[in-house]
Amino acid sequence: MAADTPAPTAAEPLIQVEKFNYAYGDNQVLFDVDLNMHSDDVMALIGPSGCGKSTLLRSINRINDLVDTARVVSGKIKIDGVDLYEPDVDVISLRRNVGMVFQKYNPFPRSIFENAVYGLRVAGIKDRHDLEEAAERSLRSAALWDEVKDRLHEVATGLSGGQQQRLCIARAIALQPRILLMDEPCAALDPIATARIEELIHQLRGQYTFVIVTHNMEQAKRIADRTAFFYKGRLIEEDETMNIFNHPRDPQTEAYITGRLT
Amino acid sequence: MNPAPTNDNPFAGDNSGIQQRETAARWALRVGSYIVVLITLAIMLHIFIKGAPVVFQSKWPFVNTQFLTELPATLHVIEDQQGNHIETDVNGADAVKKKLGDNFRSEKTVSYSGGGILGPIVGTALLVIVSVGVALFLGVACAIYLSEYAKHGKFLEMVRLAILNLAGVPSVVFGLFGLGAFVLTAPTFVDVPADRSVFSIPLGFTTLSFEGWDTCVLSGGFTLAFVILPVIITASEQCLQAVPQGFRETSMALGATRWQTIRYSVLPFATPGILTSSILGIARAAGETAPIMFTAALAFKDKLPWQKDLPPLPADASIFAHWEQSVARFLGIFTESVQALPYHIYTLAAKIPQNEYAERAQYGSVFVFLVLVASLAASSVMLRKRLRAKYRW
Repeated sequence: MAADTPAPTAAEPLIQVEKFNYAYGDNQVLFDVDLNMHSDDVMALIGPSGCGKSTLLRSINRINDLVDTARVVSGKIKIDGVDLYEPDVDVISLRRNVGMVFQKYNPFPRSIFENAVYGLRVAGIKDRHDLEEAAERSLRSAALWDEVKDRLHEVATGLSGGQQQRLCIARAIALQPRILLMDEPCAALDPIATARIEELIHQLRGQYTFVIVTHNMEQAKRIADRTAFFYKGRLIEEDETMNIFNHPRDPQTEAYITGRLT
Repeated sequence: MNPAPTNDNPFAGDNSGIQQRETAARWALRVGSYIVVLITLAIMLHIFIKGAPVVFQSKWPFVNTQFLTELPATLHVIEDQQGNHIETDVNGADAVKKKLGDNFRSEKTVSYSGGGILGPIVGTALLVIVSVGVALFLGVACAIYLSEYAKHGKFLEMVRLAILNLAGVPSVVFGLFGLGAFVLTAPTFVDVPADRSVFSIPLGFTTLSFEGWDTCVLSGGFTLAFVILPVIITASEQCLQAVPQGFRETSMALGATRWQTIRYSVLPFATPGILTSSILGIARAAGETAPIMFTAALAFKDKLPWQKDLPPLPADASIFAHWEQSVARFLGIFTESVQALPYHIYTLAAKIPQNEYAERAQYGSVFVFLVLVASLAASSVMLRKRLRAKYRW
């Protein structure tokens, strides 16, 4: 996961999920998932609750390692051809390259500035000037700079919900990751704040590879290049978003997108 | 089908007695609460009415400074022919008797009831500082490990069971444990091991000897630390668990290590609660008598812990020698036995003949004791409030 690894050729997927089986204790939640995600694409993972899409997302930066009973049963997830679950992979540098935004916006109850540079601080960057520069760059990228530039040192939990979630995005991209994982980033937001987040994803398209879990099929249609449909722990269908929604090949996919499968 | 219309109130209570039982239950609970409040108030008022006059006085400086700044001493009460009582200490007794001359009728002495209670105050403060310091360090470390690092399983269950059991151990058992572990066998550096040393390891320049720390602040503080450890661990763990899991996930998703996550995103938000648990620890540590009886406390001591006789330095002693002696004097505080308030109160109440003078000393001590514990607790509450305001989520 070193930054100097050569960029993959267009043909080679950035993220490769191969025959991936995953379980919490004895309860297997992912079965033989095969999925490729290409560099700079926006990939949406959809499916009913409990279908395993969030688990897959949380396995890509290994944040699910925090769950005591979680384990890989078999299979691999590779980034640039490197299996993330090999013992010589350092999860810290993996997570610096694979950012994550959570469903519930949860900035730390510290200042806006401290939130924006948290990842850099724990990476050992101390220079005030570097930190300020990084904070401004990431807040600008997250379309938040103009709203907060005069109150960078006020506590972040005083912002509106949508602003807090954009701060969480800024916090993640401050580390300049290559991949950005989003776990239902708009689930806790009102429609206007949701629209701003979607707009932001459009602006950042091409700079990062997005993997987004969403319950909102309209949202998947609006923002995703490709969509993968999961059901009961299995990948049912993966294709270009328009094909999934207009010409689903699998009857279960069709049932889900037409609201007949819950 | 509509029920037949009636003129009766449809919401009238029935006669099954539900209402009466409800009223009875409410009153039983209310009376119970009132009894608790009444008893608490009665204790507080009693101590205040009897103790405050000992500590406070109507003349400037309104506080009985002698009671707070002197060591306990034997009180001499001399009665003259007119029945007047003159209180004095051992040095003043002869002068008073001489002055009275033929007017002298009788003299009686009351142990520990003269002078003040500075010795016990200092001793209790030192014991609390050592025990809370040790217990917070060990307890918070243990709580962090249990909450943040340990995986759910057999081991964790066992540790929790052990902590629960520790909380149920009678305090006199802790006292005996402290006597065996800290007073008699704890490791210490000495030049020549004592005969009673369990075993010793020569290190060349000194010897590590398991001969104990003797009865001293350190032994008592460590023993008290184990008494309050279960409270601190349990409360600290609950405070850590109360920090949202999202903080941990976010922090680690941003590339923080587990320790960085704890240091920056868990511990600061758990600290106010951990301080609350330390309040309980302070009150408990200050109040326990049995654990310090064998490990730290003396019924009477005529010196404060830092008034130890050290060999006088020669007039031309170097700065370094002075500095070395100051350090020795400071460290010596913790290797001295002390008087402690709860033990002093026990002595006054149970070990000497009871009379009005002994009773006065008792109530004064209890009053000071309560004020001391309350002010320690209050400062912790204030600190917690300030931290809460800083780290709110």
